Amino acid sequence: MSEPLLSVQHLTKRFGPDAPPVVHDVSFDVGGGPSAEIFAVLGPSGCGKTTTLRCIAGFEHATEGTVVVQGRTMAGPDVHVPPEQRGVGIVFQDYALFPHLTVLENVAFGLREGTSAEQTARAREALEMVGLDSFEERRPQHLSGGQQQRVALARTLAPEPDLILLDEPFSNLDALLREETRQEVRQLLKDKGISAVLVTHDQEEALSFADRLAVMRSGQLDQVGTPEDVYYRPRTLFVAQFLGRTNLLLSQASGREADTPLGRVRLDREADGTVLVSLRPEHLTIAAPETVDGPMGTIVDRAFKGHDITYLVSCENNEYLVHTDNRELYEAGDTVALQPLEPAVVLERKSTPADVPSGVTPEPSEP
Amino acid sequence: MTVTRAVDILRTRWYVTVPVAFVLAGVLVPLGYLFVRALQADPQTLWDLVVRWRNLRLLGNTIGLAIGVLGVTTLIAFPLAWLTTRTDLPGRGVLTLLGVLPLAVPGYVMAYVLLATTGTYGTLAQTLGLVWPRLSGYSGALLALSLCTYPYLFLNLRTALLGVDPALEESARALGYSRWQVFWRVVLPQLRPGFLAGGLLVGLHVLGDFGVVSLMRFETFSYALYLQYAASYDRIYAACLALMLLALTVAVLFLEARLLRGLLLHRTGSGTARRSVPLQLRAGRWIGYAFGGGVALLSVGLPVGTVGYWMADRVASGLPWASLGSSLWASVSASVPAAGLAALLATPIAYLGVRYQSRWTQTIERVAYLGYATPPLAFALALIVFTLGVVPFGYQTLGLLVTAYALHFMAEAIGPIRSALYQAPPNLEEAARSLGRSPMGAFASVTFPLMRRGLLVSVAFVFLSAMKELPITFLLAPVGFETLALNTWSYAEEAMFGEAAPYALTIMFFSACFVGLLLIREQTATGQRTEAA
Repeated sequence: MSEPLLSVQHLTKRFGPDAPPVVHDVSFDVGGGPSAEIFAVLGPSGCGKTTTLRCIAGFEHATEGTVVVQGRTMAGPDVHVPPEQRGVGIVFQDYALFPHLTVLENVAFGLREGTSAEQTARAREALEMVGLDSFEERRPQHLSGGQQQRVALARTLAPEPDLILLDEPFSNLDALLREETRQEVRQLLKDKGISAVLVTHDQEEALSFADRLAVMRSGQLDQVGTPEDVYYRPRTLFVAQFLGRTNLLLSQASGREADTPLGRVRLDREADGTVLVSLRPEHLTIAAPETVDGPMGTIVDRAFKGHDITYLVSCENNEYLVHTDNRELYEAGDTVALQPLEPAVVLERKSTPADVPSGVTPEPSEP
Repeated sequence: MTVTRAVDILRTRWYVTVPVAFVLAGVLVPLGYLFVRALQADPQTLWDLVVRWRNLRLLGNTIGLAIGVLGVTTLIAFPLAWLTTRTDLPGRGVLTLLGVLPLAVPGYVMAYVLLATTGTYGTLAQTLGLVWPRLSGYSGALLALSLCTYPYLFLNLRTALLGVDPALEESARALGYSRWQVFWRVVLPQLRPGFLAGGLLVGLHVLGDFGVVSLMRFETFSYALYLQYAASYDRIYAACLALMLLALTVAVLFLEARLLRGLLLHRTGSGTARRSVPLQLRAGRWIGYAFGGGVALLSVGLPVGTVGYWMADRVASGLPWASLGSSLWASVSASVPAAGLAALLATPIAYLGVRYQSRWTQTIERVAYLGYATPPLAFALALIVFTLGVVPFGYQTLGLLVTAYALHFMAEAIGPIRSALYQAPPNLEEAARSLGRSPMGAFASVTFPLMRRGLLVSVAFVFLSAMKELPITFLLAPVGFETLALNTWSYAEEAMFGEAAPYALTIMFFSACFVGLLLIREQTATGQRTEAA
């Protein structure tokens, strides 16, 4: 990546001199121009992701660190460019449409150059872009949630910012509409070559919407990478758990292999001594006991979902989650052999509590 | 987190700093100055002034009146609130309206009405030949104040009764309690916050009242203060009286806060959509009608009838158009700028309070409310002492009167502006900022249009309140400045009931507008709540 469009370096935010940092030493870059990318910050509520976004937008003063957009320092030591001079667009979670203005007036609000006829024409263009040109005389409160969302997007895009910030923009839409809108917005941003930073607590949304994502916990970034990278090679226990359910194995490693409760397992990298490793449910499979000689387990529960089946398997007092395709049919109580399909991922020791048990992680709690 | 930001804004934006400073100084400095002046007297004199039997009697009278009014208003308001919310009495809507209307009758008009009804020359004697002893003293003040303040309690109790979740009562019934036991053990405890809120308003009203006690010649702190001022004007003693009255007010505020502690948490936020099953009154409805009708007759019928009677009497001998016109103009010329100033001052205070809620901004708002709770006579006296001592050229000017009105009634302006600001969430302004507007530009293009309605309501409230204001006008009006309220009061004071009638009628008209506005606002608020739910 050449010169990034947005560069956040060592960003720290405290509310009050003695307060603990809400955002702590956060650094990431977002590419622009031909390599414009969509970047997501994923984390549970209260982790500081929205505060990070508000520091980039200029609504909050950064305590330390710098925010640079297109080579211009927006926030840094003794620098704070007010939000109206940053040229950064933002879409809020509740859209923040102006209730006293029509849809067209809302979209034209940020257009301040040219004659009013030119402004109107540009606002119409933006509305057309999101497919709402027939609604221009309505008031925003008379639109559906999805339509309001698109007006908000049109309003943000109309002044043609190089970077837009999206603060949980899909969370107020119902599930069906959410996925569809997400794809439309992604397509629109890609077509226009606009860089975006999305903040969300929904792992599925971050994985499917972003080109790269950062997982944030208690004000710090645990891991930054592509969705595949972060999902399949989580660096910490937190990342492994937050992106979906996984199986943990407390193991004795030596080199690229380890002794685990599920027998000898390959590792994704070299390690020595006691380590915690993670195996996603789809990287485990079960087989009839007579076909392989691996550790044996008993089916405790199963959930048939049509295209695949999820089994809960008990093995030496621990329970493991296994996703298989719908050809492996077993009933509760059956004895099966457990088999890893991929190397297990070694999790960082320093951020792992000492007393993590082996077995499947609990359902991530709804933030 | 918001403390520092509120301070930041106060430091950097003059258009917030100046009004806030003006309000804080305007309310606190005169009161502080009064305190300092009183302390300047030598200790012996001060001791003699404060520790004397007369003061104890004044204290007893004031508290006795407050308790009496609280008792009578409860006896009126509670059954009325219950009848209009919990029974199937036909005509509950009309009864509710009749229960609110007495707010259109200022205390001094009610006192005037009672005086003009009773006695040898009263309406009763002239029309029915019924000579009822002239009401005065404790009983007169008690009746007048009760009749015009019970709506405060009535409205609060009504809201509280409507707010009780019927599911709670139904659960209690299912657990084996009778209807009466449920009322006693489930409903009544939940009415306490509403009762305290209404009771506080009634109490503050009694403490601050000047018109009624002066017309009924009942010696409370306010009346003694007035006598001091009107007759001898012993400045130190007047200051002491004002301070004692102020101390009493603060004590009441503390008592209310103490009693309320922990109660507000239990209150249901918005009114429940479901109403509890109304009690069928059957034959009992005639008792209900008799009670409601009696109250309405006394508190609404009597003032309208009496003022109408004397007005007719007056029309026969020719209306004083010139004087009526000039006093109307006087009232308007002080009330209009006061309303504008109050809204101007209230806007940044409400804005800070809504957007940067913190202990700081709460303190600022409390000071604004203190200006409202301070007995007007004491507040006006403090302003006089302060003006004479520090800015003598300001004494007896229209500017001082307007400022006093604005500072005193600003609390009425804060409420509507606050609720309007809640319609304009902060991220609207942030959205405007990110689309290129400066802080002031974002406010002007987004927040202001959304709060315009609330602002208009505020202006109207303060205007109508100032139109009927008496004690502050009495002390601060420039020489020869005769407002509608002053004329009503001074004619009534001299038992010239016919002369007082046209002024009283005009006042009642403006007060009725005030009540109408209040009711419309209540209704839109309820409407918005149900819509939101």
